[in-house]
Amino acid sequence: MAKILVFTETTNDSVKSVTLEILGKLAGHEIDVCSIGDIPTDGTKQLAEHGAANIHTLKGSGLDNYSPEGYANALQGFISSNNYDFVFAGSTSLGKDLLPRVAGMFDAGMVSEVTNFLFEGDNFSGTRPLFAGKCLAKVTLQGPKPHFVTVRANALGLPESPTAGAGNAADASVDAGTMRAIVKEIIKGASEKVDLTEANVIVSGGRAMKNSENFAILDELAETIGATVGASRAAVDSGYAPHAMQVGQTGKTVAPSLYIACGISGAIQHLAGMRTSKIIVAINTDPDAPIFTKADYGIVGDLFKVVPAMTKEFKALLG
Amino acid sequence: MNIFVCIKQVPDTETKITPNGDGSFIETSSIKWIMNPYDEFAVEQALLLKASAGDSTVTVVRVGGVKDSEALRTAMAMGADEAILVEAEDNLDSYCTAKALKLAIEKSGKTPDIILTGKQAIDDDCLQVPQLLAQMLELPSVAVVVGFEADGNKLTLKREVEGGAIEVYEVEAPCVVACNKGLNSPRYASLPGIMKAKKKPLTQHSLADLGITDADRRVVYSDFHLPPEKPPGKKFEAMDEGQVDSVVKEVVGLLRNEAKVI
Repeated sequence: MAKILVFTETTNDSVKSVTLEILGKLAGHEIDVCSIGDIPTDGTKQLAEHGAANIHTLKGSGLDNYSPEGYANALQGFISSNNYDFVFAGSTSLGKDLLPRVAGMFDAGMVSEVTNFLFEGDNFSGTRPLFAGKCLAKVTLQGPKPHFVTVRANALGLPESPTAGAGNAADASVDAGTMRAIVKEIIKGASEKVDLTEANVIVSGGRAMKNSENFAILDELAETIGATVGASRAAVDSGYAPHAMQVGQTGKTVAPSLYIACGISGAIQHLAGMRTSKIIVAINTDPDAPIFTKADYGIVGDLFKVVPAMTKEFKALLG
Repeated sequence: MNIFVCIKQVPDTETKITPNGDGSFIETSSIKWIMNPYDEFAVEQALLLKASAGDSTVTVVRVGGVKDSEALRTAMAMGADEAILVEAEDNLDSYCTAKALKLAIEKSGKTPDIILTGKQAIDDDCLQVPQLLAQMLELPSVAVVVGFEADGNKLTLKREVEGGAIEVYEVEAPCVVACNKGLNSPRYASLPGIMKAKKKPLTQHSLADLGITDADRRVVYSDFHLPPEKPPGKKFEAMDEGQVDSVVKEVVGLLRNEAKVI
């Protein structure tokens, strides 16, 4: 049976939920989990509940902050000494940067950002979107092992009844090796909210927002329902929102449970980036806007009237 | 300085994508090809760096199909000095692409002082090549860069991470820098630039020239298909202000009770 390692990142009080999604999908396999740095107690508990057999906390000097080389050296050493066949991670900012470098160290193949996968015996087969989701393809891996896979957050979903694992937790000491690119400072983002790529609910604004100040009405709605605020390319290119907020082919591809598009017409490159959202609500004055073809619930109306009314209604509902 | 920029040619973002007959890739016959949008920031940064460092050569390298080589000509029209094209199929995997870039750079005889790339290509969206190339060349890398300052070979780079937070890196060149939107404002190619670009040197290799074979492929793609279409949703008319409250109430109710997402 394939020997599998899942690399996890931690949050303030637990682990990133994409790890639990991956564990759920791997149920039935013998799975180890590793993190670099301490895992909060709740995280260790959740990893065990979701099937982790062994939970390794990798520790070494120089690993307090992310460093592409330091993290890669540490992970490479740990993988080599345990002979894993597959290494999984979430397709997060860190996962996207770290895993290709580690794969390169093994001269091994990597599949990026799958939205689904399965094992036939010991053979991995995944599905991944290309062209920002305008089409999908099947992907398989060949060549030297281990094989590396990153998984898109929110794509697999959490298992309804996870299979527990032994959850033996232990520290492992690793060597960060030579680090040439060093983080000197971390500047916090304007928003403490969960990133668009991991958000469960997104409220997005388009060109019809007219200016950046008007995004305040989206912020208020987002605050009410625990959403992250996004924007269309038109809004970003007009200077209403920073690129970090852009959803679409030249921004972020997102897959939340609920996507509320406000004043977004639905250019093909925007639709590509958000079409896999579970439920889409569109608010637009143009009844023929392409966004309505993808919307589960479309409201033909003025966002400046509809959004505040929606905030009020949600406030009443959610107390 | 020897400044290298790795670029990719991708279908225009407005392109409607359809799988080809046997599902081995997409239909490419009527595609309008453009330079990968993120690579424009890399080319611009290379030109800015050349302007400040002086006595530098900007070499653009591309791995891909030769049907149309606009991307390299565009980069040279913007101001790059020379170009290298490695002819390859369009659905090459990241490992082979990175290896071809590495070998093409080495074959040029120039030792890179810096290698700039886009943070990702918007066709296969793998985000692997900058890191793989850095690893293969044993260089450090910083990706998703939105801020770039050079003091001699000492670079201060801003990397954008989740939630718009920024990691500030210090690193000495040579290194690989993968650029994001917001780093700079890419210039347009001028008419004289376009004329000059036609005379700039373009070297061409095949994958075989570089010694890359099928055995190097790590990822195999098949069964390209379109995502399933959603069934049509419900549409509500609320152009009259009087309709807004009742429509919003109904939609919020549906989100709660039918879709169960709130």
